[in-house]
Amino acid sequence: MNNQFVSIEGLSKVYPSDNGDTVVFEDANFGIDKGEFVCIIGHSGCGKSTILNVLAGLDEPSTGGVIMDGKEIVGPSLERGVVFQNYSLLPWLSTLQNVSFGVTARWPDWSKENVIAHSQRYLKMVGLGDSLDKKPSELSGGMRQRVSIARAFATSPKLLLLDEPFGALDALTRGVIQDELIKIWSETQQTVFMITHDVDEAILLADRILLMSNGPNARVAESVTINIDRPRQRDTIVKDPAYYKIRNYLVNFLVNRSGERDLSEHPRIVDPSHLSAQDQDKSTEQKNKTATLQVVNH
Amino acid sequence: MQSLNVPAALVSFCLLLVLLGLWEALNQPPKATKALTEFEILMGGVDQEARVPPPSQVAEHAWNELSNPFYDAGPNDKGIGIQLGYSLYRVLAGFLAAALIAIPLGFVIGMSPLMHKALNPFIQILRPISPLAWMPLALFVIKDSELSAIFVIFICSIWPMLINTAFGVSNVRSDWISVARTHELGQIKTALLVILPAAAPTILTGMRISIGIAWLVIVAAEMLVGGTGIGYYVWNEWNNLDLNSVIFSIVMIGAVGMLLDAALGGVEKLVQYKE
Repeated sequence: MNNQFVSIEGLSKVYPSDNGDTVVFEDANFGIDKGEFVCIIGHSGCGKSTILNVLAGLDEPSTGGVIMDGKEIVGPSLERGVVFQNYSLLPWLSTLQNVSFGVTARWPDWSKENVIAHSQRYLKMVGLGDSLDKKPSELSGGMRQRVSIARAFATSPKLLLLDEPFGALDALTRGVIQDELIKIWSETQQTVFMITHDVDEAILLADRILLMSNGPNARVAESVTINIDRPRQRDTIVKDPAYYKIRNYLVNFLVNRSGERDLSEHPRIVDPSHLSAQDQDKSTEQKNKTATLQVVNH
Repeated sequence: MQSLNVPAALVSFCLLLVLLGLWEALNQPPKATKALTEFEILMGGVDQEARVPPPSQVAEHAWNELSNPFYDAGPNDKGIGIQLGYSLYRVLAGFLAAALIAIPLGFVIGMSPLMHKALNPFIQILRPISPLAWMPLALFVIKDSELSAIFVIFICSIWPMLINTAFGVSNVRSDWISVARTHELGQIKTALLVILPAAAPTILTGMRISIGIAWLVIVAAEMLVGGTGIGYYVWNEWNNLDLNSVIFSIVMIGAVGMLLDAALGGVEKLVQYKE
């Protein structure tokens, strides 16, 4: 695990309070390979956002640490770009200025023409070549998130962190921007870590999906390999024989099994495309029993 | 909204006409019923009572003054333009000095909770002091009436700017600070590139309040220090019993105050942003 590009080791977050500490998540151990697209799914309160903020350097873990490219992550850095759920564009800057803001910060020595040309290239990639001079307030939510994505990709970070980037968008817009994200990701071969609540979105985008059990004391329980060939497309991916196997597996975890306490140190590696339907049902039954027991024990 | 402008202007104009008309009509001296004696002619009519001059007279006086605003016929007789110029100079000097201190200090208070707590008691006790109460102390310490007037403007315009800057800076959305942090901006760059534009509308609101207060205070300050300025002018013309000039200068004070406010309002529009 240690030779992976990003390695998360023994991460936990504890909020101390008078009537006992609250452990949001504990013992998070996983890695991300270079060029890999990893999604993380879990119910609200399991600490996904905290993990992402720790990776961004915006938050500090209670124990453990993150090593990226051989160095420990301390504080925010341009090597890790973040796309926030609420876009976080600077409203007094135009679309182009918002992107060139990042580009200038990344390469302070670049000439003005160079910065603008580079920023424009990325805005064209997300289909905003015609809205360079508009302010964020003049753009729709989807367009704003595209600017935010362009800003993050334009700085070519080693690791790109997406915090539920499409959570506030309607389904149609979301689909279009997912396509754009796939396009720009395949062009740049970025390493991406993304939080999402949308199972279909995760299957469409990810190489691997991390499943988190419920908080408090949440853990990264399973690492689900998405064995579907790329390039993937929204309309054809559902015809892939593995698609519904994976989807059922994920939904089953979220609905039936996310409350279980799994104490293994590393997330279990699962490839649902090889599971037969009976296997899935059997594991559900079994797990359902343990889940009931768990509730009683609580 | 556009369609309201014309009717609103019309109503304003009618109101103005009615008010001026009433003022004019109620302030006419009574007509003489018999030939005036020589004494009465010297005294300006049969009316023994002093009256507020009607607007027609004030307007005539204003026309004369405004057609030659910059004449200088000695210490007690200067044009309205010169007097307003002195007042504007003092207001702007005190205001700019206050801005130079209040805005950076407001940043410090807004960015550091420690400094906020440490400085807050000073601000709370100094802020409610009437600026004119500083005048005797200022005169004693500075020993210069001109500079003392500027100091009084300084001390009265510093508070709204300081408080608004601190408020604007401390309320910048944390997302934007996160953006600055993930782009590795240092303290100074964060302050200039993110916090300043984010807080600019609030800061400008503070500046607008400050310049309004400064313009209110300068009239009173100049009545005290004397010599030049619109405040001195009003008081001097009262001593001269020249009510035409008094009313004229009151109107001018209002007009200049409105222009100052409009100027800062214009700047405020420039830095305004929509989220």
